[in-house]
Parts: sequence; structure tokens; C-alpha cells
Amino acid sequence: MVRFILRRLLQVIPVFIGTTLLVYYMVFALPGDPIAALFGDRQPPQAVIDTLRSQYHLDEPFWVQYGLFLRNLFTFNLGNDFTGQPIAATLARVFPVTAMLAVEALIIQAVFGVAFGVFAGLRRGGWFDSTVLVASLVVIAVPTFVLGFVFQLIFGVNLGWAKPTVGASADWGNLLLPAVVLGLVSFAYVLRLTRASVSESMNADYVRTATAKGLSRPRVVLAHILRNSLIPVVTYLGANLGGLMGGAIVTEGIFNVPGVGNKLYQAVLRTEGPTIVSIVSVLVLVFVAANLLVDLLYAWLDPRIRYDQ
Amino acid sequence: MRDKKMTISDVQVDEADYSGIRPLLEIRDLAITFKTSGGDVQAVRNAHLTIMPGETVAIVGESGSGKSTTALAAIGLLPNNGAVSHGQILLDGEDIAHATEKRMIELRGNTIGMVPQDPMSNLNPVWKIGYQVKETLRANGRPSGPDDVAQVLSEAGLPDAHRRAKQYPHEFSGGMRQRALIAIGLSCQPRLLIADEPTSALDVTVQRQILDHLDTMTTDLGTAVLLITHDLGLAAERADKVVVMYRGQVVEAGPSLALLQNPQHPYTKRLVESAPSLASRRIQVAREQGLEASDLLAPVAEAAASDQVLQIQDLRKVYKLRQGLGKTTAFAAVDGVSFDVKRGTTTAIVGESGSGKSTVAKMVLQLEKPTEGKILFDGVDTSLLKSSELFKFRRRVQPIFQDPYGSLDPMYNIYRTIEEPLRVHKIGDKASREKKVRELLDQVALPQSSMQRYPNELSGGQRQRVAIARALALDPEVIICDEAVSALDVLVQAQVLNLLADLQANLGLTYLFITHDLAVVRQIADHVCVMEKGKLVETGSTNNVFESPQQEYTKALLNAIPGAKLMLPPEVA
Repeated sequence: MVRFILRRLLQVIPVFIGTTLLVYYMVFALPGDPIAALFGDRQPPQAVIDTLRSQYHLDEPFWVQYGLFLRNLFTFNLGNDFTGQPIAATLARVFPVTAMLAVEALIIQAVFGVAFGVFAGLRRGGWFDSTVLVASLVVIAVPTFVLGFVFQLIFGVNLGWAKPTVGASADWGNLLLPAVVLGLVSFAYVLRLTRASVSESMNADYVRTATAKGLSRPRVVLAHILRNSLIPVVTYLGANLGGLMGGAIVTEGIFNVPGVGNKLYQAVLRTEGPTIVSIVSVLVLVFVAANLLVDLLYAWLDPRIRYDQ
Repeated sequence: MRDKKMTISDVQVDEADYSGIRPLLEIRDLAITFKTSGGDVQAVRNAHLTIMPGETVAIVGESGSGKSTTALAAIGLLPNNGAVSHGQILLDGEDIAHATEKRMIELRGNTIGMVPQDPMSNLNPVWKIGYQVKETLRANGRPSGPDDVAQVLSEAGLPDAHRRAKQYPHEFSGGMRQRALIAIGLSCQPRLLIADEPTSALDVTVQRQILDHLDTMTTDLGTAVLLITHDLGLAAERADKVVVMYRGQVVEAGPSLALLQNPQHPYTKRLVESAPSLASRRIQVAREQGLEASDLLAPVAEAAASDQVLQIQDLRKVYKLRQGLGKTTAFAAVDGVSFDVKRGTTTAIVGESGSGKSTVAKMVLQLEKPTEGKILFDGVDTSLLKSSELFKFRRRVQPIFQDPYGSLDPMYNIYRTIEEPLRVHKIGDKASREKKVRELLDQVALPQSSMQRYPNELSGGQRQRVAIARALALDPEVIICDEAVSALDVLVQAQVLNLLADLQANLGLTYLFITHDLAVVRQIADHVCVMEKGKLVETGSTNNVFESPQQEYTKALLNAIPGAKLMLPPEVA
């Protein structure tokens, strides 16, 4: 097991270099001058422009810029963004907010997706199953930004149950509405996956044997149907955590959440290479960590899977 | 027939009342209906059955006869779309045909235990064996500490039970899993055990050990057993009474030996005649075809004496097993096997799973390359064949595989399936190929109307006939049958074996017959090769090997055939 983890951690290195290089190059290749954009309509003196350029190493060729970025990264000094703020401080401010949002969304989709999926799967073809199937199809079909605005209008503005926009006051309570919107699409997938998985394992021979042993229905469902059905669901949920972190751009935009997505969006608009790549690097690490966690969880859930051979 | 059946069950009830003992389980006039999209289907009707305390009763029938459905109804485990639509299931006088789920949960485990059919799929792969025993004990209010679990497992014949309890099902062999399932079924000392084909997935020697152990345990505990099996020999050997089911109905019931020696119902008669474990001579197959066949067979056999069509010399096949980190260990699946096959005869290779018999077949078919040794076909070393010669070789040696469901392309209709080898080998034109396909269908006794049908529209026996027709299409000299009848019900099996014997007599075919079933060997083979762990342990003529086996392993195999030692009336034996 230790060997497996080590091997997986070693794999992070090429993945990390590959993604950052790619993202850095794409930012580099974007048309337009970021410094000119900083000043808008005003025409700054050439000396100012040159100073700023050398300050941000924009006058260097691509490989030097990327090399400098990597050096900064390994010395834990990410430099400043174009507004003069240290990038590290920005990351420290925005990541907890998005992490909170993503975890909340993950909990919502895990708890409700699995619960609804189990009930639908156990009574396949019943009224609950049919209702939930149609509803989940609607959720999957409607784009997040439509769903986001509708929820904002109904629950935020008309009913007043939640703050329509989060702003600076990002806490668990205020993030609930955006978390629901963010988690809803994956919730529908989790539900369908659980339902299919449950109704498949319900017909497994070992479930019939468990019933023949004299176990009560709840025990059969919990120990023999649910445990086995959760294996694919957990895999999906784990892989989805990374997606929630990175995919929060639209939701964070609608509800004005000061998180990673928002920051990333602004940085892309300003072509701030170092900021974009810093954020993406952290996202890559989150992805890799989440996938490793899923693999370990997978082995724990299904004893037939062994990584050491 | 109905009157007779009624008297049988009535007599049993009377006897029971006489001696003052109440039957443990009594099924009266049971009907079970399944709701399907095509309407209601009655899977079981007019089923009668009586089990006295401590008695073993076997239900015998082919797949789809309703034997498992009847037993599942007794433990309340019918599939959701099935229900008891008529009759009673009396357990100790209490009608449980429509009992509440709560009542059934009380009864399951404690009063009625079950040993299911397939040990591979009936243990939950994600829980340790010990846990699966423990939860059974706990659910039925019995002490469930590690020692109790270990005791239950060791009583079922699992050595080193404390350590075994900590393992997962995938770390167990099939036989060990079945022991664990028996342990679970008997852990709460039920008064009735339902054993649904408990050993049909296992090798014959393992089967014998498991059944012996089951016998001992149920005798010690005084447990009554409802044994469900398709194997009449096994039923007769293990049960006090046999109930024969056919198409959802009980057609005959009675004490095992009496029923075997004097079957009344036509279906039972056919079953007794065709049960491979009870039939005892190869000649029997030929005799059924009348004098003509025997006449044909004799000259062929004489000519064969001087003509070896296949010579296997010192065949070895070594597989490299990966052990991680680039390390491998060599595993000899086939280790120094030599034998000859005479033209126009049948040679059987028998052995348990893992003995290497199928690997030999694959090498003869040139589907695997031998590591060492030679295979001579008509005196020519097959490993030296060029690809064009190999193509011709394939025409002369054809296979029939075990699974008639898997070896036919579901997207090809029967005509295309049988015609394909002719087309591949560019034989004849369209019209002559069609004529040939019609002839082949006649030879395997399939109606010509089946040409346009697809495999999923045929029964298992019909599909195997199609596979035989396809193998015959190229007029081969040798046919390799790899467990060709193992997946078939007894009666269908008998039909297919008769067909193969007919074809051999008429076409002078040579068979290499790979099987784990010694009873089948006796019916079809002239020579037997017994394999164990890759090595050939005994060869000889079928009669010699069956009547005076030299090796311990062969004796063990022969002893393990269910019903082999039963006394049968002379006209059957």
C-alpha cells in the first residue's frame, strides 16, 4: 500500500509540470498587452511601462518566465499580481471560501443523492422512483446558470430565505444556496448512479442468501445492498470534488462568492499569467489528491482490489 | 396420473398420522404464478411434498421444471413478481404460504436454513467470511463471538477456522466457499435445510466430500433436508425419498430406490434411462440405434487398430505467472502428456478443473502453441505446418465447445452460422452450400425451418445441435468436444450423445472428448486418459479403466460419481 501511494505521489510531478506548462503557455499566447490594459484609456509614459514589464518579467522570453514561475513556486514566494497584492495572500483568501462551497455541495449531493437513489432503487418502477427520475432529468438538462438565477430569484429575492448574493460574508449558512445550485447537477448523477447500482445488487445471489440467513430487511439493505452499491458512487463523488472546486466559476459569479472561480475569471480577463497558473496549480493538486483518496477508499470498500501486486 | 400422485401424498399423510409424528414440511396442492409482461405464467401447479423430521427428500427435474421455485416458496424467497396462487405450505402445521415478512424473518436461519447453488456468487465479496457467519448467528440470537464463528466454520470442515474467518471470499476456492455457505446454512441448527444444487458447480471429488460432510452434519443435528438437484443418481444416493418434477408439476414421488427401479411415469422412465451416472456401458448408445449401427461400428473399430490419426508426444505447456516487479514463476499446465487417438474411435480426457485437459484440447486445435512436445496429425508434425497448410488442417479438425450460448454469434442466423465455415473455405457455390446446410440440419435432427432463426430463439440442446452441424460442415475427420454436453440437461445430454454416436457410426468420425464427467465418458468413449495437475495419470480402454482402475486418483474419481453404486434392475443397467 505504501509503495502504491509513493508511486502515485511520484506521478504528480509530470502531471503538475505538464498542466502548469500548458496553462502558462496558453496565457502567454493570449493576444493583447496586459500592461496596456491596466491603464485603460490613459497613456502612461514609456518608462513606466518598461519598469512594470521588467518587474513582472513580461519582457523575458516564455521559457524564462516559466522558469521564474517554477522557482518562485518552490521557494513558496508566488510574487505579486498586477494590483500589487501578493498572490499567496489572495490564494489563502479565496481557497477556503471555495473549499467551503465545494464541501457543502459535496455533502448535499452525497447525502441526498445516495438517499434518494437508494429509495428509488429499492422500489424501482414505483411512484417515488418515477418522480425522482423525471426530476433528475430536468435538473441535468437545465444549465447551471439558468438554475442559479432561478434559485436566486425565488429563494433569495422573492421568498427571502437566503441572501441573494454572498459578498464578503461567506460562511456555511450564506453559502448554502450557491452550494445547492452547484451540487444539484451532480446530485442528479449520483442519484441515478446509486439507483442503478442498488437495483443491480438487489438481485445479487448474495442478497438472497443474506435474506435466507434470517437477517432483517434493514440489515440486508445496509450491509449487503448499500455497501456493495456504494463502490461506484464513492468513486464518482471523489472524482467530482475536484470538479466542484474548479467548476464553481458560474455559480460563484451568479452569487458573487469571493472564491477561486471568481478570482480565476478576473485573472483571465487581466491576462495575469502568474495568478492563473498559481490557482490552476492548486486545483491540479486538489484533483490529484482527490483521485488518490478515491483509489484508497476504493480498496477499502472492495477488498478484492489490491494495489501492491 | 393425477389419481396416482394424489394417493402417494395421501399415503404419506396417513402414515404420518399413524405413527403420531407430524410432518415437518408439507406442501399441498401448491401453485406458484409469475406476473410477466406477457401475462401470468404458472411456474408450479399441483405440487405435493412431505418431509418428515430428519428426513432427506430430493426434488429432481430439469431446468425450468419448477423445482427451485417450489423450494424458494418454502423459505419465502420467491422473486418479487412471483407469488403462491394456490395451496398450502405447512411448516409444523403452520401455513406459511402467505406468512408475513416478519414471521418469515423469524423462521429463516433458525428453523429453515438454505445452502444456495453457486458458491461463487452467494457470498458477499466485500465482507470477511467470519463476518458473514457472525451476522447469521447474531440475527438469530445466538452467541456470535470469534470462537463461536470459528466453531461453526470448523464443523463445516474448514481447517484453521480462526484464520480463515478473517479472509475474504475471493481468497477461498469454490469448495471452501461452499463449505462456508454450508456452515452459514446450518449455523443456527435449523430443523429444515434447503439445499439448492449445493454441489453442481464443483468438481466431482469435491462434490463427494461436501455431500458426505453435509450428510454427517444433518444426521448429527437431526436436520431434515430438501435437496434440489438435476442429477437423478445423486438424488437416489443421498435422499430417502425422491420427488420428480416436470414442467411445474410433480409427476412421481416415492422412496428413492423403489422409484429408480420401478419408475411409473414416462418422464421418470426417460430420466432413469438417460441418467449418465446410472447407465453403465458404451454399447448401450450403439445398441439403441439397432443392429445396423453396431454392424457399422465393428469394421470401423477393426480398421482403426492400425491407424493413429492423432499422436500426442510428450506435450508440455508452461505458463509464466506474473508475481509483480517483473518476477515470474513457471507453471506447467500440461506436463509430459503422450497418447494416441485411433481413427474412428472416441478418446476421452477426464480430469477436474485445473488438470490441464482443456489446454491439451487447445494445443491440438492449434489455438495454443506447445512449449515442448509434438502433435502429429496423420503422421505430420502440426507445429511445422505453414499457414496455408494450417488452413487445410483446420478444415479437417473441428471443435465443439461447452457453452452453446457463448459459441454461437447472436447476430448470425442459423443458416449463416452453419454456412460460414463453407464460405471461409470457399467450398461450392451459393446453391450447393444451401443444399449442404439443409443436409447438415437433417443430420443433427433440426427442422429446416430453423434456418432463419437466431440462436436466442433456440433451446440449449438445439443450439448445441447447431454447433455440431457447424463443426460437421467441412466434413472433418476429427472433432474435439470440449465439455460439449456439460451445460445441457440430462435428457438433452442423452440426445446429443446419441447424435454424436450416430454420426460417428455413419461418418467414421474421430472424437477427442474433453470432460469432467466420468459418467458421460462411460457412455461415449472407447479410450480414457485421466489427467491430474497437468500429468497423465492413467490411460486405457474405457472398460478397463472403469472396472479395474490402477491409480488412486482414478479410483477416487470413479467413487465420486453420484449413484454409481446403486443397484438397478437389469434392463436399465
